[in-house]
Parts: sequence; C-alpha cells; structure tokens
Amino acid sequence: MGESLDFDRIERNARIRNTVLKTVTYALLILWGLMVLFPFYWMVLTSVKSYGAYSSENIPQFFTLSPTFENYVKAFTGVPLARYFLNTVIFTVLTTALMLVVIIPAAFAFSRLSFRGRDLLFTLFLSLMMIPNELVVITNFVTITNAGLRNTFAGLILPSVTSVFYIYLLKENFAQIPDELYYAAKVDATTDFRYLTRVMIPISRPTIITITILKVIECWNSYVWPRLITDEQTRYLVSNGIQELRESGFGKDDIPSMMAAVVVISVPLIILFLIFHKKIMEGVSRGGTKG
Amino acid sequence: MKVVLDHLTKRFPSRSKKSREEVIAVSDFTFEIPDGELVGLLGPSGCGKSTTLNLISGLLAPTEGRIFFGDDEVTRLPAENRGVGLVFQNYALYPHLTVRQNILFPLQNLRGADKLTKEEMNRRAEEAAELVQITPYMDRKPAELSGGQQQRVAIARALVKMPRVLLLDEPLSNLDARLRLQTREELRRIQRETGITTIFVTHDQEEAMSICDEIVVMKDGCVHQIGRPQEVYDEPVNLFVAQFLGTPPINVFEGEVKGGKLLIGGAAVLDTPGIPDQPVMAGVRPEGFVLDEDGPLACRLSRVEVMGRDITVVCSHEAFTGTMIRAIIPSESQVNTASAEVRFSVKPGKTRIFAKETGERLRPADA
Amino acid sequence: MEENNRKAWLYLVPAILFLGVFLVYPLVDVFVYSFEEGYNFASQSRFGVGLYNYGKVLHDVYFLQAVRNTFILVIITVPVSTGLALLISLGLASIPKLKDLFQTIYFLPYVTNTLAVGLVFMVLFRKTDYTDGMVNLLIRWFGGPTVDFIDGPYWAKMFVLCFYTVWVVLPFKILILTSALASVKQDYYNAAKVDGTRKWRIFTRITLPMISPMIFYLVITGFIGAFKAYSDAVALFGTNLNAAGMNTIVGYVYDMLYGNAGGYPSYASAAAIILFVIVLTITCINLMISKKNVHY
Repeated sequence: MGESLDFDRIERNARIRNTVLKTVTYALLILWGLMVLFPFYWMVLTSVKSYGAYSSENIPQFFTLSPTFENYVKAFTGVPLARYFLNTVIFTVLTTALMLVVIIPAAFAFSRLSFRGRDLLFTLFLSLMMIPNELVVITNFVTITNAGLRNTFAGLILPSVTSVFYIYLLKENFAQIPDELYYAAKVDATTDFRYLTRVMIPISRPTIITITILKVIECWNSYVWPRLITDEQTRYLVSNGIQELRESGFGKDDIPSMMAAVVVISVPLIILFLIFHKKIMEGVSRGGTKG
Repeated sequence: MKVVLDHLTKRFPSRSKKSREEVIAVSDFTFEIPDGELVGLLGPSGCGKSTTLNLISGLLAPTEGRIFFGDDEVTRLPAENRGVGLVFQNYALYPHLTVRQNILFPLQNLRGADKLTKEEMNRRAEEAAELVQITPYMDRKPAELSGGQQQRVAIARALVKMPRVLLLDEPLSNLDARLRLQTREELRRIQRETGITTIFVTHDQEEAMSICDEIVVMKDGCVHQIGRPQEVYDEPVNLFVAQFLGTPPINVFEGEVKGGKLLIGGAAVLDTPGIPDQPVMAGVRPEGFVLDEDGPLACRLSRVEVMGRDITVVCSHEAFTGTMIRAIIPSESQVNTASAEVRFSVKPGKTRIFAKETGERLRPADA
Repeated sequence: MEENNRKAWLYLVPAILFLGVFLVYPLVDVFVYSFEEGYNFASQSRFGVGLYNYGKVLHDVYFLQAVRNTFILVIITVPVSTGLALLISLGLASIPKLKDLFQTIYFLPYVTNTLAVGLVFMVLFRKTDYTDGMVNLLIRWFGGPTVDFIDGPYWAKMFVLCFYTVWVVLPFKILILTSALASVKQDYYNAAKVDGTRKWRIFTRITLPMISPMIFYLVITGFIGAFKAYSDAVALFGTNLNAAGMNTIVGYVYDMLYGNAGGYPSYASAAAIILFVIVLTITCINLMISKKNVHY
C-alpha cells in the first residue's frame, strides 16, 4: 500500500500548488484592475469635492461626505465646455459619415468590380498604410492654412476622412460574400449600386459598425491635428479644451472643476464602451490582428 | 498492464442555464481489460466513449467509481503521473517542432530517477520512429507530412515513453478511406509488437470489428455489450447493438411470435420454441437470406446488384422497417430479374428476435 | 466577370481624391520641404537647397533631448508593456469565469481620452505647495522621500511618462494576447499534460512558440507607437515640452511647425524624415529577428 500513499502525496501537492497559483493570479489581476480603475475613481471623487474642501486637504482624502455639483456648473460656465462638446460631436459625426461615404464605394470597387489595374492600385493603396501621419501632417497643415481653412470644420475634417486601413478591412469583408449572390442579383437585373446598398452593406453590417465605432473613438480623442488647425477657442475640440484648461483655464489650481470637465468629456465614450464593449473589443482585436 | 474500470460514472453540469439537470456522459461503467489486449470503445457520437477515454487518461476526474492500472488505483492521480500515451483525433503535434523534437518531447519531461541521457533519448526516439516507419522524415515539420504520416508521428510520440496504457481517440477518422484501411492494419501490428494494453475510440464499427480483441458498444453513456467482435455481431444483446454492427446493416422486420413460430407479414418464417407470444422485431443479417422458391418471405424485387464475389438483392416488404431490404447471396445463385417477386427463407443462425417494446433480445429455447 | 472600367473608377474617385491630396502629395512634399534650406512660413523665404535642414536639426539641443527622451521611453515601455500584458493575459486565461469582467475593466483606458486621463495622472502624481498629492502619500506610507513627479527631477518625470504610456497601451496588448492564447488548441495542452510536462516547460516550449507571431506583432507595433509618443507627454507636462525637458521627436516636429518656436516646416520635415528613417530601420531589424524566431 506504500504506492497508494505516494499517490495521495502527489495529489495533495498538486492541489496545494494550484491553490497558491490561483491566489497569486487573482491578487495580481485585482491589483492591476485597481490601477486601471483608480484614476477614474479619483477623477469622479475630486469632481464632487468643493474647491474649498479640496484646497484644504493637505493629505488627499479617499472619499467625501459632502458631494457637490457646483464644479460641474463651473465647468460649463467658466469655459465654453458645451461649445467644445458640440464641436467634437459635429467633428466626429461628419468625419465618420464622410469616411463611410468614401470607403464603402472604394471597398466595393476593389472587392466586386473587375477593372484594369485593380490589383496594382490595391497594392499601392496598401503601401500607403505604412506612411506615418507625422510625415504628411506638415504639408497638410500648410495646405489647409493656405486654403484659408484654419478654424473651420472643413479644415478639421477633410484630412481626417480617409483611412486606407478601413478600406482594407472592409474590402476583405466584402470579398467573403459569395459570388453566387452577385450573379443571382445580376440575373434578377439588379444594378451594381442597388446590389451594394441592398445586399453587401446589410451583410457586412457588423464590420461597418466596428469601423464606425473605431473611427468615433479616434475622432473623439484626436488632439494633434485639431491643435495645429484651431487657435480660436470657439473651434476647440474637447482634447484641446482640456489642454487649454490645464494651461490657463479656471486658474491653475481649481482642480475639482478641471476634473468635472474631464468627467464630462470622458463619459460619452465610456457609456458607448459599456453598451458595445463586446463589439468594440472584437473589432479592435480583429483590426489589430489584420493590420 | 490490465486496466480495471469499477462502476465509473461521469456527470457534467448542464450547459444550458435553464435546466439544472446534469448531463450523464458515462454511467456505471465496469470492465476489466486484460493485459496486452486491443479494446475498441464503439458507439455513435455523444455516447460517452471519448469521455471514458479522458477519464482513463486522467484529463477528466470521474464523479463516481474507480480506475485501476494493474493493482494500483489511479482514480485521483493527475494525468501527468499516470504514464499513459494518448493519440488525439487531430494528432495535436506541436507545429513548431520537428518530428524528432515532437517524439523527444515526452522523454525530456522525465525527471529524477527516470531522467534519461541524451543518447538514451535519441535511441528511444529512433526506435519509436522505426516502429511506425517514419525514420526518413525525422527532421521535417508536421505541416510537411501527409495525414497518415502525421498519424504515425503521433503514435510514436505516445509510444516513446513506454506507456502503461495506450489510448487512441478516433485515430483514423481524419484519414481518407484507403489510408484508413492501411493504417488500421499498421495499428494492429504495432500493438502486437509492443504488447501494450490499448484502448481506442471509434464510431466506425468496421474499424473496431476488424482489429479489436474486444469491443465495447456504448450508447447514451451506457455500456450495451462487451465481447469479442464476432460474438457481439452474432449474439447482440439488443436491437441497438444489432443495428449498429455490420455493413450493410441488419434488416429489421416487424412481426410477432405466435405459438412458437415467428410470423412476418403473417407467414411463418422460423421456429422459435420457448418464446412467449408477443409482438417482436426480427433482424435478419444480409447474409441470412436464402433464395427459395417456396420460401415464406415474399418480397417485391427492386433490383439486383452484381458485385462479383456475391450478389445483392434489393427488395421491399410491407413489414420491413426501413426502405429497402438488402440480401446478399452467393454469386452462383440465379435470380429471375424478370419476375416482380423474389422469395426467401432465412437462416436461423443469422436471424435475431427482439422484444418490440424494450428492444431486448429474445432467445429461443434450443439456441 | 465583365470589365467595367469606367464604373469602377467612379466608385474609387472619392477615395483616390482624398488620399491623393492628403496622403500622397504631402508625402512627396515633405521631402521637398526638407531640402529647402531654412524655409520660413511667415516670410515665405528660403536661402538655398540642400541638406542644411538636417544638419541644423541634428545639432539642435532640443532635438537631441527629444531623441534621447524618445529612445528611453521606447526602451523602457515596449518590453515592460509587452511582458506585463503577457503576464496578465496568462492570468486571465487561467480564470475562465471572471475573464470577461476583468478584460472589460482592463480595456477601459483604450476608450478614454488620453489628454483627459493624463490630467488625472498629473493630479495624482504632482506635488504642490499645499499638498504632496496622492502618489506621494503612498510613498510616505512606505517610508520613502516625496518627490514632485511632474515638475521635479528628470527621472521622476520619465517614470511618470513611462508609467502613463504603459497604462495607455496595455489594453490593446492584453486584448491581442488574450485572443492569441485562446486560439491555442486545448489538445496541445492535454497532450503535454498526459506526457507529464511541467507548467514552465509547457509555457516555454508550447505556449510561447505558438503565440510568438502575435508577440512579435505587438513588439513591432509597440516600437512604432512608442516612437510616435507625444500626446501622453503633453497631457502630463503641458504643451511647452522643451521647457519641461520632456519633449519627444514628434513633439519637436510639431513645435517646429507650430507653436512658440514654430513656422519652420522645413526643419519640421527634416525631423519627421529622420524619425521615419529611425522607425523604418528598427522595424526592419525587428522583422529580421522575427523571421528567424517565429516558427510558422
């Protein structure tokens, strides 16, 4: 029976090792979870502390018993936060819509129509993916400035419209739709355009939604281009507004009001994320692995 | 090494959130596999045969019951300490390692007293490769090999550590028909040469019948019959086993036993002394039909397929449960294809009677 | 399929137009700018054609500072973030029940505004006359000396920048590695387990080689991304990065183009091209290494 005793020991050791490993794993994962969540907590917490209370805290307090919304009022009245917000919404919606209008026909042409030079042109398109934004931003800045489009939505939007990567993603998706559907539609005398709008777009809806969400996130967070192209406060997007706040708004030390503004501009994307988190994460990982 | 399964049961928590009922994958499996035998677990998909294999390998822990290798109980021993070799349905060869590295992999895991020298490992790997005849491909990656060759590598990898028990999960199902035939002979040869107790899982009855010392027929987690292939084929314990074994499958008629005779479509086909009067299902193996002008079984002739070695008569009968009866008769027989009717009598040794309600076998007194 | 040339081009016109004006033309133009010596946007004047701009940029202390900062940032954050992401993904893979919840939380930084959250980090890390701030409070608890991470010593600032960069890039890497790990078939692990393989060996000999293409992908894109660092630094230290000594190469490009020292697109172009060459070289080296080490 010595043998079976040995088995018991092996089994017990395995169990102990597993428990230890599980505990360490959970501890690490929870620790990083806290690291991720803490800044969000802190930003909300600070935004509901009154300026007086915050300034008198020599040692930061981890909670507050007298939350106030006065900072939110200040955030909207002290700086044109509503204006930044509106600008960003307009910018995001127009850019995304325009992008879809441009890339869907292009992806359709590459995936469904056959024409001379298609493969060559597509290869050229793909090679454009490697061009870093920093290289082209300089000339675009000059172009937009010379065209007198500084501080206009046109100047903000036009250079942000196209994305080779999204054309590529959509083309791959279109290409997966079986040819038979196209031929069936042709036999029924469907025009190409009607086939695109009635068959291909509905079938590829998940991909189109993914691209839309990714583009919205990109627009909402864009900072560099708007900073170059806008210097009037009334044209600022939220990112630039935030930066402006940091440098000169409210008086440098009104941190609670600043945090209130930060909460306000962070909330839309977080809500979007909480609703669509499956889709967004799926889209990002698909986009990431294909790029 | 004999393998003993003692009242082995595995229940899984239900997958669907609505019902809390557990799914019983394996139910009360008791069986002793003698040392050095090749045993096939046979059944339709979802019958619990793969689960049984995983219980033996240690990848799953049983809900109830015990497992012994020889006299050692291994029920709660983790898979890594059981010393089993396992061949997966899709081979699970590591794609980034060469054939040699794949075969060496299990040996390099050995530690302590079992640790081998480099030379010893290489010698063992060469031996295993030779046994399955893949020596020329040792330095290739699995992706550069054909399905059959990959299969051999998988077997070599399972054998190289000299397992106490070799387990194969649907080892032939990913091969094409010709290769499958060839590989199963190979499997038999390798098992004979090594003498390792081997258990393999398949849904293909022909495969199981052709190479196994013993087969276990399972359905819905329950063992229906265990026995030598011929024995299970000739003496099935119930209708399911009878129908599952044999190609073409057994021909099943509805009928009744009355006054010691089996009646099909009202005609007395066979004497069945000792079976009480009741409605029954009668199964006749394809080779159990005898062409007989005065035979009791009158069928509508559909067509005749001449196969060279024998002749298949395809016909129909009102009491038949399927669509077409397939009767195999010797090629010397003369079938009048112009006639619309063909008459048979049946061989008692190839005809089996089952209770209509339960499907259980009914045995005549003298048989 | 029949040829329908004209129609196809019609569908492509918008895309070609946009790409031509805002991507292809600027790409050519940036090289032109970079050779127009001392071109000034305000006065529209230049004093020659040649390599002067490159020399000027390469001798600019601010540019050298920016290069140094960028390299330090890259060398620290790429390995740290990739390693950390791998560790976290492995952890996630071992807790199937709570995996989705944790993964969703970890992904949150990806969808937040870098500038906005950067401001929160600034508040957490900085030390002012009336308070030491949150992070210094923690440091004091553990008995360390307090330090101003935002306006203090160089390495403190670099630490915050690296920390924030890792915080920002981690969600993407965790996501990619988690799906890479999930795509390794369970059979391989079962096979290894039956063969008595130890956990560490399973990791180094099976898991790692199987997900190595994704790891290299992350390393390569990580290098490219980290070399382009800019808005993280702006969020933490303000727009005047030269004054803070925390400028990056991209920051230098923008400063040359627009801002206090701006109006010199030719210097900006030269700096941007130098950055491009650096990134291209490193990417090529990475690709060569990955060719040798990725197994399939």
